[in-house]
Amino acid sequence: MAGMFIDVVVAPEVAKDKDLAAKLTEVCPVAIFAVNGNGTLKIAEENLDECVLCDLCIEAAPSGSVQVKKLYETE
Amino acid sequence: MRFYEYESKELFARHGLPLGQRAVAESADQARQAAADIGGSVVLKSQVLSGGRMKAGAVKFADTPDEAAAHFDAIMPIVVNGQNARSVLVESKSPIAKEYYVGITWDGRRKLPVLIFSDMGGIDIEEVAETHPEHVSKTHISTILPFSPRVAKEAIGAVGVTGSELNRLTPIISTLVEIFLHYDLTLAEINPLAQLENGKFIVLDGHVDMEAEARDKHKALLDDLGIQPEETRQARPPTDFEIKGAQVDASDHRGVAGNVVGFDGNLGLVIGAGGGSLTLFDAVRKHGGKPANYCEIGGNPSVKKAKELTKLILSKPGVEKIAVMMNVVSNTRVDIVARAVIKGCIESGRDPAETIAIFRIPGSWEDEGFKILKKYNVEFCDRSVSMYEAAGRAVAKMS
Repeated sequence: MAGMFIDVVVAPEVAKDKDLAAKLTEVCPVAIFAVNGNGTLKIAEENLDECVLCDLCIEAAPSGSVQVKKLYETE
Repeated sequence: MRFYEYESKELFARHGLPLGQRAVAESADQARQAAADIGGSVVLKSQVLSGGRMKAGAVKFADTPDEAAAHFDAIMPIVVNGQNARSVLVESKSPIAKEYYVGITWDGRRKLPVLIFSDMGGIDIEEVAETHPEHVSKTHISTILPFSPRVAKEAIGAVGVTGSELNRLTPIISTLVEIFLHYDLTLAEINPLAQLENGKFIVLDGHVDMEAEARDKHKALLDDLGIQPEETRQARPPTDFEIKGAQVDASDHRGVAGNVVGFDGNLGLVIGAGGGSLTLFDAVRKHGGKPANYCEIGGNPSVKKAKELTKLILSKPGVEKIAVMMNVVSNTRVDIVARAVIKGCIESGRDPAETIAIFRIPGSWEDEGFKILKKYNVEFCDRSVSMYEAAGRAVAKMS
């Protein structure tokens, strides 16, 4: 489920990659990313609206595999 | 943060100010023993964080230890301006020839401490200033240059005090100024500063307020005086609303969204930034508005923290709308606050467009913030609208 203002979409192959999951968890300053018990990525939905639009997650993952959507800009 | 009288006097004593023999009593037996130890007539004073003790009957005189014990029992149940007595200060009764006033506080306009002196002590200094202004001197003190006793002499001499009184008062007042400056006080007051029949001076009553932000710096003193970290020492006990506000602020280390104070009005205020809270609160009142609360936000609180503050304010009975207003912000993001207040309205079951009377936060990330506000049809303005004008727009929307 998306936040009220922000949604983050991660490509399935990135979400399954334990190294990338750990990296995304490390770079996000507002704890939007976390890892499951098996090391795969999970999104902390309660923190989505805390996103500060820093783009660190976008830079940490392969191009186009992480998208940060501003829901207030969509119709 | 207020000190009780007995704590203020302990601080004064450490710096050599002249004080009578005294002891703190927490039971009638202790009051009896203190009176016996001091000998002669004593005065018993309720220890509350408020003035008005004499009028409330919480100051009594006793000539014998048994009388002191009886007065203790009479004083302790008396509530003074909503404050329960913590203990009773038993002090020697002094033969007074004349009473003076001395206080140091901050002059917000000059941004300097001001030394206030009067040769008419023992009564309300504001009343003296109105009725006998020639008996009150006000002298500003540098916070950069070392304090000179010459400044104290000028303050005393300005009301016509000369001779031995001038010479005896000067070191007392100089010491009080040094205490004020050293301990980051917002008020250091002696009233009355009494001249005894033998010509000597003595501190009869006094109290100090310390800047709350200075508590850590002066932890050693506070520990010595037994002032616990959790003691807020406000003029009245906090309300549930204010306690919840403090809990919201403590829930997340990021930024400030708290310092909530409840009022009786219908316009909730989410305000802050560089003195903006005080300015905006005053502006709302100047326009005839009735604030439901005071609060402070700043330092970029998280969305959740600012949202919870919004929800708390909206939950206050009688709140019809909120005004979200700040000075121009640099370290708080407009979009983050916009998200928070809109989310707070929606989670409170209210329409943001109807509930937010005005959103006036210009500054960092304002373009992003304004997009959010537009989406939810919330009225907003940028820095071309002054804080005063924004407050007026909010008040105009109230019924």
